[in-house]
Amino acid sequence: MTDVVLQTLNINKRFGAVHAARDICIDLRRGEIHALIGPNGAGKSTLIQQIAGSLSPDTGSIILEGEDVTRDSTVSRARKGLARTFQVSALAMEDTVLQNALLGAMGATGQSFKLFGAALKQSALLTRANDALERVGLLDVARSRTSELSHGQRRQLEIAIALTLKPKLFVMDEPMAGLGTQGSLQLTQFLDTLRTQAPILLVEHDMDAVFALADRISVLVYGQLLATGTVAEIRANESVREAYLGSDS
Amino acid sequence: MNRELIFDVMLMLGLVLVPIWAHFADEPFIITLATRAAIFAIAGVGLNLALGQGGLVSLGHATFFGLGGYAMGILASHAQSYTAITDWPVLIEGTKSMPIIWLVAVLVSGFAALLIGALSLRTTGVYFIMITLAFGQMFYYFAVSWSAYGGDDGLSIYIRNDFPGLNTLDPIQFFLIVFTCLLGVLGFASMLIRSPFGLSLNAARQSPERVETVGINPYHLRLTVFVISGMITGLAGALFADLNRFISPSMFSWQTSGEIMVFIILGGVARRSGPIVGAVVFIALEHFLGGLSDYWHIYLGALLLLIVLFARGGIIGLLLGQGRVHD
Repeated sequence: MTDVVLQTLNINKRFGAVHAARDICIDLRRGEIHALIGPNGAGKSTLIQQIAGSLSPDTGSIILEGEDVTRDSTVSRARKGLARTFQVSALAMEDTVLQNALLGAMGATGQSFKLFGAALKQSALLTRANDALERVGLLDVARSRTSELSHGQRRQLEIAIALTLKPKLFVMDEPMAGLGTQGSLQLTQFLDTLRTQAPILLVEHDMDAVFALADRISVLVYGQLLATGTVAEIRANESVREAYLGSDS
Repeated sequence: MNRELIFDVMLMLGLVLVPIWAHFADEPFIITLATRAAIFAIAGVGLNLALGQGGLVSLGHATFFGLGGYAMGILASHAQSYTAITDWPVLIEGTKSMPIIWLVAVLVSGFAALLIGALSLRTTGVYFIMITLAFGQMFYYFAVSWSAYGGDDGLSIYIRNDFPGLNTLDPIQFFLIVFTCLLGVLGFASMLIRSPFGLSLNAARQSPERVETVGINPYHLRLTVFVISGMITGLAGALFADLNRFISPSMFSWQTSGEIMVFIILGGVARRSGPIVGAVVFIALEHFLGGLSDYWHIYLGALLLLIVLFARGGIIGLLLGQGRVHD
């Protein structure tokens, strides 16, 4: 079995005159955290959206566990094991925290079209949802309305939903965004333990978190892949320092 | 029991006790009013699933109401004239049996909802409203020109269809049939809202991208609820036709779609008994204000305006506070 879980092959995407992705080739290997960094407007979120299926590349391919999924929908990619978290939380705000987690459990087990029996009384689904909430520390607020959660708790819930899917890989778009120092630190520690379950493609601006977590880093600038390497290699890369990190890094 | 459940039980008790009192007080007209309210409530419960849970603002639900009505009218008119509906490729005859008529009404409405939903649910927002409206008007004008079944004038049915063991011409017995249907539909809708399907549908209304990323297709959820909603509204149409023993193209009109939506907005969108409260209030206004003036819709309009502006949760929201029924 190959070590590569996800691969993008020469991905190109244009929005009019803007070339948001130019021949991007990256891969994600089993057991690793691969961080994607770059200044605002570099095309990180565009790349994530293409990987998750909400945007189609103009040319190029996306390979998930050896299968070409370039033309697959978001739904199909999720069913094949891709779990995504959003930069801006996308949650059912009127529902409880538990109901949001149950949604993931239902999607993963194919029970979302069951018309009979209360969702909150399906023990297999509840176990899966509660386990995920416990892992991210939200079990105490499971019955709270999601709109009442703090920003940090919403980020945790995003991850809990991804956990209920028991995915083959995680694609996380700025999970630390808006978290305080303490929150970032806690999430960093948590993500560190998560890589053994499934590899993580991580888009993040918090460079402390990136340097603490990443096995490899890819740097995007103006839609182009500037460099890929280990933390030490990226820190030492002159063009990366010039384009993004600055001289103090 | 929570407050909403107590309210719902009291409401249903009121809806069944008033006609029973009217039966003993020899006031058959009040029983007919209650029957109308119960039928409209069934249609409202149907639309409330699509509108309240699925967020689908359909202005074409009269299509299913009309199809249910015409299913009853066509079957019953052929039964009354002892003629076959068709004899090729197989002989299909009319019937006076309510359960068979309901089954046909529900299946025809469900099939139409599947076709209309499959096309219209590819759009959202105002486009969805317009497409459902357009489908409704297509059926309306088809019914107007369908002279075999009365065309513009509609079609009178001189019989009341049969229900095994009951005298359906007795107003209270017919009311109890309708009320039982309402209870059944309400129970089914409550179960659906709490089911994994209901939870997914509700999440799809709030955050479709979230639902997609857990591997659930929001389009399939919406199409399913649209079909279920159409089937329930079709049943209401069949009952309405039986109550009036008359069908006409107005059952397909956009005003009928609007009225079904008004029941829900009056009572409370996505509230379990919202359509029932809305239908009862609508019938009461129609009866009492209609007696005072032909232009009673002005007062209905003013009430709607007040509710939309000051009580977004409808009458139930005003009485019991905001919130959704599922927990």
